[in-house]
Amino acid sequence: MSCLLQVRGLVKIFGALVATNDLHLQVMPGEVHALIGPNGAGKSTLVAQLAGELAPDSGSILFEGLDITNLPVPERVARGIVRSFQITSIFPQFSALTNVSLAVQARAGHSFKFWRDASTDPTLREPAQALLDQVGLGVRGNVPAGELAYGEQRQLEIAMALATKPHLLLLDEPLAGMGREEARVIVDLLRRLRGGPTILLIEHDMDVVFSIADRITVLVYGTAIATDRPDAIRANAEVQQAYLGGEMDHA
Amino acid sequence: MGILLFLEQLLNGLQLGTMLFLMASGLTLVFGIMNFVNLAHGSLYMMGAYFAATLFQLTGSLLLASAGAFVGVLILGMALEAIILRGFYHRDHLDQVLATFGLILFFNELVRMIWGPQAYFLALPEMLNGSIELIPGAPYPVYRLLIILIGVAVGAFLYMLITHSRLGMLIRAGASNRGMIESLGVNIRILFTLVFGLGAALAGLAGTLAGPLLAVQVGMGDGVLITTLVVIVIGGIGSVRGAFLAALLVGLVDTFGRMLLPASLAEMSIYILMAAILWRRPQGLFPAHG
Amino acid sequence: MVRNRILGTLLAIALLALPPVAQALGEPFYIGIASRMLVFALAAMSLDLILGYGGMVCFGHAAFIGIGAYVVGILGHHAAEETLLLGFIPGTSSGWITWPLAMLCAGIFAFLVGAVSIRTQGLYFIMITLAFAQMAYFFFVTLKGYGGDDGLRLPQRSQFSDLISLRDKTTFYYVALGVLTAVYLLLLRVTRSRFGMVLRGAKENERRMLHIGVPTYRYRLAAFTIAGALAGLAGALMANQANFVSPAMMHWTRSGELIVMVILGGVGSLLGPAIGAVAFLSLEEVLSAYTEHWQIALGPLLLAVIYFARRGIYGALVTRRVL
Repeated sequence: MSCLLQVRGLVKIFGALVATNDLHLQVMPGEVHALIGPNGAGKSTLVAQLAGELAPDSGSILFEGLDITNLPVPERVARGIVRSFQITSIFPQFSALTNVSLAVQARAGHSFKFWRDASTDPTLREPAQALLDQVGLGVRGNVPAGELAYGEQRQLEIAMALATKPHLLLLDEPLAGMGREEARVIVDLLRRLRGGPTILLIEHDMDVVFSIADRITVLVYGTAIATDRPDAIRANAEVQQAYLGGEMDHA
Repeated sequence: MGILLFLEQLLNGLQLGTMLFLMASGLTLVFGIMNFVNLAHGSLYMMGAYFAATLFQLTGSLLLASAGAFVGVLILGMALEAIILRGFYHRDHLDQVLATFGLILFFNELVRMIWGPQAYFLALPEMLNGSIELIPGAPYPVYRLLIILIGVAVGAFLYMLITHSRLGMLIRAGASNRGMIESLGVNIRILFTLVFGLGAALAGLAGTLAGPLLAVQVGMGDGVLITTLVVIVIGGIGSVRGAFLAALLVGLVDTFGRMLLPASLAEMSIYILMAAILWRRPQGLFPAHG
Repeated sequence: MVRNRILGTLLAIALLALPPVAQALGEPFYIGIASRMLVFALAAMSLDLILGYGGMVCFGHAAFIGIGAYVVGILGHHAAEETLLLGFIPGTSSGWITWPLAMLCAGIFAFLVGAVSIRTQGLYFIMITLAFAQMAYFFFVTLKGYGGDDGLRLPQRSQFSDLISLRDKTTFYYVALGVLTAVYLLLLRVTRSRFGMVLRGAKENERRMLHIGVPTYRYRLAAFTIAGALAGLAGALMANQANFVSPAMMHWTRSGELIVMVILGGVGSLLGPAIGAVAFLSLEEVLSAYTEHWQIALGPLLLAVIYFARRGIYGALVTRRVL
């Protein structure tokens, strides 16, 4: 099976800090691939480079066989890579439904359409409503997104990401800052997404990671030191030594 | 172009540049530290010129008039900051632009009411009125040389102030991390008022110095304000070093543009320069934030 | 919503009835003032498209107006002199030609300005648009062939047909009202269309917009160009209203006043900025009747409005719907 995303020798340096250090990574189609590592291991920097916000200093990123290393953000989204943010990023003054229908609109081709009222366009509103239903926000469509509860905003963000019909969903700590109940809703949602887009997941909650990931990559000092199935990662001595020993038990 | 003409224009360019730096340093400092855009900076320049013209009429001494104008605009600037502008620090730039735009209308009209619509001229004393031959065969006005010297001196002073004093340390800290100064327990209000006053006084000084070269009249600050904005945008808003280099660059481009280009192009040369620089570097030459 | 509708109807009736009422009261003078307000309302509305909906604080909008006005002025000048512009373009006073050309030229200039300035953000954007407008201002100041600083008188008003003479105050008023209404209805649709949603979204959260796959730059540039073209149309009207064009029309303080109109009326509401233009010019009329130094009051008033009444007149009058 050929891989969906292939990262080769990626390097990103900030001054004296090597944030990404000759990083190699392969993500297979359909899997839930978790990325773990101690704070400062370079997880968020990697996601930013995959999404196109940061340009790597060297190395290449191949997506579905094409080199996308130098593509700007919107073109990557068009090719099927979309990310969520650690700090929620939505359109707070628009209703939840409008948030999603904007994303549907973005997927539907260019927006040089000046005449028809977008807020009553069923080709935008109906798919948007369906996505809200899918993430469990079906009845909250008319609420301004800024007034949604924190957890609901994360659900909304996932709905927006799904609206772009991604092949690869980059989720940057989707559970960050959530209460137990809110987190459970998101985890259930992630489980239901199985069979949909491939997911690259960054998450600190090890219980969640080990229960839903198909494979796990461990990042230390900007380098992937191991990629394997969860039970193998648990057993990997190098990983134990570099990272898991302390924090795993704690989590 | 002969070498002598070239040298003369070079000096003229430097003179314009140092003038612009006096304006730009204050504006860019205030922006760098308070994140505040002050369009009324040109009005402070104008007030400096009027204060100087009035004091000159009263005393007959250019030195006294200049010193008085400096202090006058310093006080005016600090009062403006403490009474009105402070309330706009936490507003977005659009609000700041509009509020200080209101101040421009106010000051222009105030000057017209007090001093009338006619222009004033400041005469130079004998000592400054002549020329000296820096290079044999090329006389250059003493007064313009004096302006260059003052500009360079202010630049050196600001450099020392920013790199070697406690105030400068706070200024640098403030430019990179606003929250940090407050945690140092410094009375930030007084710091802001002082910095604003300093910037205002430098603008007033520029206005004073411009007095003998240009007519002192209503709205004289508007044109120079725009050029100053071009300077700080090119230099990178908030960067004093950037302001210095950009001021000289703009001064030279404008001066040589007027000599070498047809009139309509010459008027546009600095804007074209700015557009070209921003096309490559949307944050200016020395971005101060991020 | 019902209240919005009642207010709208009242407004429409008042606007339509103004010329006959002014005539009946023996004050036809007001028709000219009202026409000027309508033209500025159009300019403010075009600015609102980019400022209110697009979040782009353009401090050079007067330049687009001035370019539109000069297209009408210069072509009219060549028509009267029977000379050729640049040696090959014949002049004309036909509004069918000059008005669309005014929009085209202003639109092209806006496109060029936008192409550079939209790459920047925040304060840089404000300053760059200001600087470009200065560039246009000085360009026309140095155009001695068209009056330079002193400006250019229109030899005659733009011609449309024998039935419509823009020299007649009442006719001009209704033409201006018609254009304003048409532009309002157009922008109402545009701001609610997919294009409008992209523009609003980019204002609200540009990063998010990019991450749902929208390259915002090109949409912002398109909006900037449209706004510039509409400002050019306002300029064509303004040239006819004043029968005169001059660089003063594009002075930077004029751009500042336009922003004030938009803020005063209420950003991002189209009608608000139009109301703001009327309010600003009324204030000017009223204050200047008391003292020639009326700007001494305007400045502080402006400060107070910015400080205390950020939502503007429209925001205070009308309830907005959530999109």
